[in-house]
Amino acid sequence: MKDISMHIMDIAQNSITAGAGLLEIIINEDIDNDAYTVIIKDNGKGMPEELLKKVTDPFTTTRTTRRIGLGLPLLKQNVERTGGTFSIESKEGAGTTVEASFVMMHPDRLPIGDIAGTIVLLTSANPELTIIYRHSTNTGDYEYNTTEINSTLDGISITEPSVIRFLKEVIDENLQSIGISR
Amino acid sequence: MTQVKSLADLRRIKENLQGKMSLREKSNDPESLVQIRVAMATCGIASGAKQVMEFFIEELDKRNIQAVITQTGCMGYCFAEPTVEITLPGQAPVVYGYVNEKKADDIIEKYIKNGELVEGIIPVNYETVQK
Repeated sequence: MKDISMHIMDIAQNSITAGAGLLEIIINEDIDNDAYTVIIKDNGKGMPEELLKKVTDPFTTTRTTRRIGLGLPLLKQNVERTGGTFSIESKEGAGTTVEASFVMMHPDRLPIGDIAGTIVLLTSANPELTIIYRHSTNTGDYEYNTTEINSTLDGISITEPSVIRFLKEVIDENLQSIGISR
Repeated sequence: MTQVKSLADLRRIKENLQGKMSLREKSNDPESLVQIRVAMATCGIASGAKQVMEFFIEELDKRNIQAVITQTGCMGYCFAEPTVEITLPGQAPVVYGYVNEKKADDIIEKYIKNGELVEGIIPVNYETVQK
């Protein structure tokens, strides 16, 4: 995984597989505390405690095609090598929350990458899923909410390529306006 | 300074599309459309599945082919990522491996447009992770 946006795509895929109807992606760049926090929260089916305990073990997976899963272990490793913290909470029937807090100015902290691309691809591939993406820096906040977008679209599909292209521009421009560039 | 784009501008796009929609025959039945599933698990993402999916969305629109493009989990062919499953209307799904933009272009031009099989098919005895 070359950047944070790819990790987000990866973890979000777990939420989708868990049958989530709501996916929240929250990024908080807190320069004063040198913390770059990424939270991925869903209301999917959650997982039992035994699975939760070993979920960051690479030899654990829910998949039936293979016996290993690297998504969460890779994210944990990338967070921890900046000196940051990783946590995952889950409740059966309620959902799962993954929190990855990188040390912001550490040289090994991954760049954000094409986050706008990740958000619109998730939107395009999962039109039934409500996606909320919030990004804050010390100069401002941006929020993307598919419920709001769908009500503006009023019946036109959110998966239309021209809509997706536009949404990507909206995200990119808004992120730039709060001081985020790739 | 130019104004940052917002949802207000989306209305313009929406109206534009509503105009086009009436021209294009509206197909609500996904069975009658080309269905594309891009494997988007850790292995796929690390090999560039995101770019491949963006390519399909952009190019099918440019070439005026209506399709349903979604993402799926790992199909168990991590060695051959990015993998893409294509289902033409009324046909069995075909899975292609090692799909880059060039291969994706081939798939669109030959397989999706003409039904001609392209090199790089993964044999059919696979199982996808059930959602």
